[in-house]
Amino acid sequence: MEEAIVFPYLRWIPLLPLIGFLINGLGARADLTPARVRRIHWIACLAPFGSFLISVFAFTKLLGLPAEGRLLTDTVFTWIAAGNFTANLTFSLDPLSSVMTLVVTGVGFLIHVYSIGYMHGDGSYSRYFSYLNLFMAMMLVLVLGGNLLLLFLGWEGVGLCSYFLIGFWYEDPEKAYAGLKAFVVNRIGDFGFLLGLFLLFWSLGQKGVWTIEFGSIQEHVHLLSPAVITAVCLLLFMGAMGKSAQIPLYVWLPDAMAGPTPVSALIHAATMVTAGVYMVARMHFLFIASDFAMHWVAWTGAITALFAATIGVCQNDIKKVLAYSTVSQLGYMFVGVGVGAYAAGIFHLMTHAFFKALLFLGAGSVMHAMGNETDIRKMGGLRKKMPWTFWTFIVATLAISGFPPFSGFFSKDEILWQSYSSHFGSTALWAVLWIAAAVTSFYMFRLVFLTFFGEPRDAHLHEHAHESPAVMTVPLALLAVGAAAAGLVGIPASWGFTNLFEHFLEPVVGGLPHGAHVSHAVELLFVGLSIAVAFAGLFLAWWFYLRSRELPERLAGRYARLYDLVYNKYYVDELYDALFVRPIRNLSEKFLWKIFDAGFIDNGLVNGTARFFQRSARSLRRIQVGDVQGYAFAMVVGMLAIIGFLLL
Amino acid sequence: MEMIEQHLITIFVFLPLAGALFVTVFLRDTQKEAIRWATFLTMLAGFLLSLKLFFGYDADSTQTMQFVQSTPWLPEYGIVYKVGIDGMSLLLFLMTTFLGPLVILSSWRSIEDRVKGFHVSMLLLQTAMLGAFVSLNLFLFYIFWEAMLIPMYFIIGIWGGPRRIYAAVKFFLYTLFGSLLMLVAILYLYFVHVKQFGFYSFDLFDLYRVHLAVGPEKILFLAFALSFAIKVPMFPFHTWLPDAHVEAPTAGSVILAGVLLKMGTYGFLRFAIPLFPAAAAYFYPLIAVLAVIGIIYGALVAMVQPDLKKLVAYSSVSHLGFVMLGLAVLNAQGVEGSVIQMVNHGLSTGALFLIVGMIYDRRHTRLISDFGGIAKAMPIFATFFMIVTLSSIGLPGLNGFIGEFLILIGTFKKSVVLAVLAASGVILAAVYMLWMFKRAVFGPLDKEENKSLKDLNLREIAVLVPIVVMIVWIGVYPQTFLRKMDRSVEGLLARTEQVAAPPVQSRERDSISMMESKSVYDFGRQGHGD
Repeated sequence: MEEAIVFPYLRWIPLLPLIGFLINGLGARADLTPARVRRIHWIACLAPFGSFLISVFAFTKLLGLPAEGRLLTDTVFTWIAAGNFTANLTFSLDPLSSVMTLVVTGVGFLIHVYSIGYMHGDGSYSRYFSYLNLFMAMMLVLVLGGNLLLLFLGWEGVGLCSYFLIGFWYEDPEKAYAGLKAFVVNRIGDFGFLLGLFLLFWSLGQKGVWTIEFGSIQEHVHLLSPAVITAVCLLLFMGAMGKSAQIPLYVWLPDAMAGPTPVSALIHAATMVTAGVYMVARMHFLFIASDFAMHWVAWTGAITALFAATIGVCQNDIKKVLAYSTVSQLGYMFVGVGVGAYAAGIFHLMTHAFFKALLFLGAGSVMHAMGNETDIRKMGGLRKKMPWTFWTFIVATLAISGFPPFSGFFSKDEILWQSYSSHFGSTALWAVLWIAAAVTSFYMFRLVFLTFFGEPRDAHLHEHAHESPAVMTVPLALLAVGAAAAGLVGIPASWGFTNLFEHFLEPVVGGLPHGAHVSHAVELLFVGLSIAVAFAGLFLAWWFYLRSRELPERLAGRYARLYDLVYNKYYVDELYDALFVRPIRNLSEKFLWKIFDAGFIDNGLVNGTARFFQRSARSLRRIQVGDVQGYAFAMVVGMLAIIGFLLL
Repeated sequence: MEMIEQHLITIFVFLPLAGALFVTVFLRDTQKEAIRWATFLTMLAGFLLSLKLFFGYDADSTQTMQFVQSTPWLPEYGIVYKVGIDGMSLLLFLMTTFLGPLVILSSWRSIEDRVKGFHVSMLLLQTAMLGAFVSLNLFLFYIFWEAMLIPMYFIIGIWGGPRRIYAAVKFFLYTLFGSLLMLVAILYLYFVHVKQFGFYSFDLFDLYRVHLAVGPEKILFLAFALSFAIKVPMFPFHTWLPDAHVEAPTAGSVILAGVLLKMGTYGFLRFAIPLFPAAAAYFYPLIAVLAVIGIIYGALVAMVQPDLKKLVAYSSVSHLGFVMLGLAVLNAQGVEGSVIQMVNHGLSTGALFLIVGMIYDRRHTRLISDFGGIAKAMPIFATFFMIVTLSSIGLPGLNGFIGEFLILIGTFKKSVVLAVLAASGVILAAVYMLWMFKRAVFGPLDKEENKSLKDLNLREIAVLVPIVVMIVWIGVYPQTFLRKMDRSVEGLLARTEQVAAPPVQSRERDSISMMESKSVYDFGRQGHGD
């Protein structure tokens, strides 16, 4: 490991939002005067902006260092030490975490600003912003943490904020339930993550290395046996499946849309849900050492990408479509890191942060205009009423669907290409993603056409629709710039440019593991195929939703069973409910509590013993008078019996 | 000054007793406010003074047992008033003095009947509990141990709910049954010691040296263990706990959960394990398995409880399962996690009972289904409730995580299967706590009775703030506390490892293994030369 440079400003990146959280959280008042409202959002927005400035400063400092020595650290204190186990509160910044901090603070700041407009007039204004700041703090701990346990602290911390914000409007029991579901499902993943941490810690310990610091784990990874590495990877990945909503633990994310829309943009699209991808990239030295784990990650991602995309096709709630789309795009990122193309995975993470945040904020703008209506069947024709929202939404749609030269094209194409050409890739893996790309383009344009094109389907709602205020549209515009142009830092080398992004990350995650050498022409052919499916999706959506609008209904009628299955999200929630939730509850309530605990142990054994002595005492009443003595007598008998037993 | 220094622990232990005497002699039952203030100030002084122990305790010293005081009482029978504190009992001692004033403050308005008796009972209970944590003579320990029962019996039986008599008698008899077994075991040990060393002693460190045959050691361990297991309570001896908690007044529940239950786990730590290390190693599977069953079983049963207090009571069974698991695996992480978890449970579960008490004072019901949406009516209450709930489910950054994490990592080393099963308890904790929270605090505020609920007043906030500060402190910077016990835990482990490690030898207990373990016994005697 190269020498790390001490950089004491690092701690302030998460600390500033934490201070913002404390000020707004502790200073919450029920009556919101305009002055108070201003104070709240100024504090809340300045905190992540300050973090962003420090992140930029740290980034330039990194760039000033030689490529191999780009590592800044800042140790605050020893957090936990017991026996051989030590976890320090150490923040460290390398190119990988630098990309993450820039994305988190940059996009995060814009979403904070947007929230000023979106949450205007909400009675819990300060609660909202304090949660949002706490989230920023925790997310930054997650990406800056120098060891596995600190990463886990951030990991659970963002989960907590997600829980708070999904259930932000807690008076609606369904929203409160969605928060609970998110927390519990994530805990299932975290259970695996913790076990992975334990296994790694003790396995290294057996070899005399006691550490959970990323740097020294990497240094000593060769001491571990392949079986242990595979097990650790799969366990850690279980955490990623929860946090980044992969099959089978994705079920919480669509429900998480119950939260305010800027939250969906920040937490459930741009940042938190990508933590799993970041974690795999962070632990790349471990994953790359296990072929099985790599294939596992890649295939989980690919199947999730396609599966979620198909659900997205039949959703009618604007946020739900985007939610399934997020699940699907996260799948792409996992394919990226799963085939060893870490830079490509993180690249897609970054471009996705821009375009998906933009899509959600655009959806929020639409909902804001439509009186919180989310059903796209009631929309239509909004194009002219909300030009800013419309055009930025179009940019984001082109990006996610993979039209060149928008950002998503470069990142997704890179993943597609690597899924075929990498050592861990295959034609089958590529084909799954390729089909998913077509579905993506289709459901996105379906959304655009139903929302912004055609005739207004609800005249009343349309009447009242209006463009959002500047405090919301300016962040949209800025994100649109990112969604359009962010891809330019990662233009593939085969196009004759330098892939800046890949170069920047290479010292951390290593170069690409090359598979069989494939010619330039083949690579270009694949680029062509990617563009072709994007157009195919666009064309089909146009055909179905603008040209012959009765067609979708006819098809749905013709393949009613299939449509039902997809429309009902493959009945996965119902399946989990029947398999796990209800049996455990029934077992606990009807058997464990009522029959076993209250019946057998308490009434049978405990009180049974008491009754036995009571009865004996009653029959001995001729000698002993009164209940208390009866008990005492019973006890003396018991004591004598035991002494007798011991003496024998 | 010198005089006071030497009797520091004694002063702290008997200060509440002095307060009780003062209240008894000088105040009449009608002087309710005066009684409350006198009790509160006594408890507060007790806490502030006991900080001296915390700051005065030298964590780097090889003498882990500090502030030792030894005064002959009935020396010809080996009965010596001997007290002292090490890194582990230090934390429990402080937690007890910390909770004392808060509990009195919390019941300022809930106890209106027989105020004097209640406060005197609380003070007597405090002295008994503090005494039990510092006793280094088994006779003395037993006196304090039994003395705790009486005030608690009255607190439940007089100031409790509708079925208080049933609950009080059940609590009393059940724990007394266990205590008597322990008494017999103590006496047996005492006589064996006389036979082997020729003089009478109840001194813990003298008894550490007693050399037992395999069979009796196992039986004695079981007698101690059963007594402590009932107190903890470990599955399947836990059914007195929900009854006692549901009927006890808030203050009683807090002390019961916060401190009294720790007597059981502390008993394992101080007596059962170091007195009978070979037997403790032999019975490790039994204890660890029961602990894990407790974790999961307690959580599952807690999940379906309709009554808030019962839910918290069963969650205690689950949390104390973690504590026992950490003790059973006997490694540095496990034991340190276990001690921290004892403190955590005192804080978090104590706070949960306080919170349930606060809502009960307002609504006179504890059924979850009677609430719903109270976050709207009582936002401050809901915030405190949330923080404590999160602490209870082991969220990183708060105290519960530190304990559970260390216990789990310690367990993993010893048994992967047990660690996996125990870790599933972490998932279940989130389920039962957050589901309860959702039903009680979130959702629409649709019941008329709940709409007019008043939020917490200053007194109630003053009760909860110190606890929340500790919850965050332990979560963020546990080193303050972990460091204090490092050496003491090392000492305990050194003793158990050396005796238990070579299984064949230790079972045979031949003279060679005796010689080898000699140095370990010396550790136990270090407090002796004061």
